[in-house]
Amino acid sequence: MSFKIDSYLEGQEIGDVILHHKGNVDSDFINSVLDLVEKKMHEYDEQPKLKKKVYNVLVETLQNLFHHVDAVPEGFSESDAERFGLLLVSRTGEGYRIITGNFIHNDKIEKLEEKIKRINRSSKEEIKELYKFILNHQKISEKGGGGLGLVDIARKTGNNLTYRFEGFNGTQSFFYLDILVSEEVEST
Amino acid sequence: MEPIIIEGTSKTPTVKFDAGAGVFEIKGRSIPENSVEFYKPLVDWLDGYKETPLSKTVVNIRLEYFNTSSSKCILDVFKKLEAIHKAKNEVEVNWYYEEDDEDMLEAGEDYESIIRVPFKMIEIND
Repeated sequence: MSFKIDSYLEGQEIGDVILHHKGNVDSDFINSVLDLVEKKMHEYDEQPKLKKKVYNVLVETLQNLFHHVDAVPEGFSESDAERFGLLLVSRTGEGYRIITGNFIHNDKIEKLEEKIKRINRSSKEEIKELYKFILNHQKISEKGGGGLGLVDIARKTGNNLTYRFEGFNGTQSFFYLDILVSEEVEST
Repeated sequence: MEPIIIEGTSKTPTVKFDAGAGVFEIKGRSIPENSVEFYKPLVDWLDGYKETPLSKTVVNIRLEYFNTSSSKCILDVFKKLEAIHKAKNEVEVNWYYEEDDEDMLEAGEDYESIIRVPFKMIEIND
């Protein structure tokens, strides 16, 4: 069976799609997405608290894509973008769903998965301490990432990070990250 | 010292660092892809200021959004202020957050717990 980016979305309740992008993720694209989603949330008259959380999470996911996508592998026919990423933003009955996807070299999967698993098994208090530890002890990488993005997303949403690695060939996979920003966030 | 005055954009904050008045302000959105590029001149400027600071420095941080890469750069700014405070000068950080924005309040509390400088948390009511 051949690889299809959207196979992850098939059969899922996605809700009202605000944006579905498969292509280059550059600075202009990030600006236009942030503008669009901010306008949509204004139209929906969302609570300020939810708007801020969605905006913050969107910034982090987009910048994760911007800084960390690996090059499109040979044999991938859907795009030849330099920084190829998938982004889907939708409004569901529960809140906002943000799904991103990008190619990743298989040798990086173990480390990333371990990081996500650590975040998902941490309590709220542990995530806060982890955030502070990374903030205070880790340097910004050459790519510009601070290693804080996923921790920040988990902290702000209070939800687990759902993810999947879909093998593309012997050396590369496609990494899906599926985030829910809930309408009613547990108060702190 | 020449002040730093930077107009804000949709991705970078308004900055006013006035050495003569001892009042520094960062306000707006700080979500650039490359935060280091934006903050390095500010951190370098603070290195100069810390040589001959005023006896009292007031820092006003009034951010609507900031990304995680900015959060590290903001910590670098605070570390310079901590050094000024450690050298027996008065430094006060006013951390503003909008009503109900618990995330922004918590972010201020994170810095307060890391940096040894007095923080004041100030809620903004529209």
